[in-house]
Amino acid sequence: MADAFALELSNISKRFGTHWALAHLNYGLPPARSLLLTGHNGSGKTTLLRLLATAIQPTLGQLQVLGFSAKRETSLIRQHTALLSHASYHYEDLSAEQNLKLLARLLGKPSAQLPLLLERVGLSSRKQSPVRQFSAGMRKRLAIARLLLKAPRLALLDEPFGELDPSGIVDMENLIRELKAQGTTLILATHLVEQGLSLTESRLHLNQGRIEEAS
Amino acid sequence: MKTGFLHNMWAVLLKDFQIEWKTKARLNALLFFSIATLLMFSFAVGPNVESKAAHAAAYIWLSLLFASVLSLGESFRIESENHALEGLRLAPTSLKAFFLGKTIANTLLLWLLSLLIVPLTFALYNVELQGSWVLLVLVLLGGAAAIAAPGTFYAAIALGARSKDILLPLLMFPVLVPALVACVKATTLVVEADPMQQLSSWLALLTAFCLVYWVLGTLLFPHVVEGD
Repeated sequence: MADAFALELSNISKRFGTHWALAHLNYGLPPARSLLLTGHNGSGKTTLLRLLATAIQPTLGQLQVLGFSAKRETSLIRQHTALLSHASYHYEDLSAEQNLKLLARLLGKPSAQLPLLLERVGLSSRKQSPVRQFSAGMRKRLAIARLLLKAPRLALLDEPFGELDPSGIVDMENLIRELKAQGTTLILATHLVEQGLSLTESRLHLNQGRIEEAS
Repeated sequence: MKTGFLHNMWAVLLKDFQIEWKTKARLNALLFFSIATLLMFSFAVGPNVESKAAHAAAYIWLSLLFASVLSLGESFRIESENHALEGLRLAPTSLKAFFLGKTIANTLLLWLLSLLIVPLTFALYNVELQGSWVLLVLVLLGGAAAIAAPGTFYAAIALGARSKDILLPLLMFPVLVPALVACVKATTLVVEADPMQQLSSWLALLTAFCLVYWVLGTLLFPHVVEGD
């Protein structure tokens, strides 16, 4: 039987030291839907995405991602989830190709598809260069290649348009549409609300770690 | 393609070698640091040739121990840059496999360093090897493994701390005392061709130390890294 929710948050709270970054979140997102996360700086968007990726664990509450418990089945969630975050996750001294090869090895995927991926994100000509020599936009493009290599069931995109040039932004919009067409559940956190709304079906607005509006 | 435990371990090991091969920064820095340390010991002890030769093994292992602090810190600096370790964690990668891959890489680097500095020390301190070179190479490998396992574990703990450069030796040095003593004694006995047949007991201590810390490190490492 298909899961009723791709995400299910029950009274989720997250505390860092004495500061509650998220407080008592309750929300459910059906599979293959796309959600826009909005809110001011410090509203808890990134923390929520990191919780969903199981990079961190909630302080309180129950979290189910793709039907798996975030506490007991983290490995299963990680297999099917990809996070495009502020941190690029690249090794600076390895080349773009070596970084992707490492991920392909860990995922058990053939490296034959890597040239195509690098071509797609526009890094073919720089595939042998160490990431240390890359601009912020090129690092973002490599992070997108990582996401595509993983082919996740749940894609978590934290400010995906940041650092990209105009052609990169168009490519990212096309990628989001493509992921949606493939049935990927998608969560997009951005300050570009109009752009985000045109790409997603639902919206969650956070304010000081609480849900202010869900539509 | 499979993504088993050994596959993950190999991927981490290969990645560390690729980075080292590309930059060669760590091995070069460690080699010059170790040579500088050995020279400082030599100057501090003075011109007494007998005293120098008698304590050569201690100088070798102290020099390797100090170099290991730099090496282990650097091995986790590359993991903290761009939150690369988090990227591997979310890939997902078995953290036990990661620990073993990283520890093997650190062991091999320290071993290689020891193979470079031991002949130099023997020349500098007028040491004549009376025992077997093969046995000496094995003792060096055992010592490198004994430093690398707790070192890799504590480097991961220190990674999240503000004063990680201070914390790592503070955590690591007390734990390594038995291994250090065993390494110095075993090396001295190999150099002197083990006249009283004492070598086996020191090798047993070194083996037991390695077993305990490689097993403990593998089991505890995921808890250190996953704790938030």
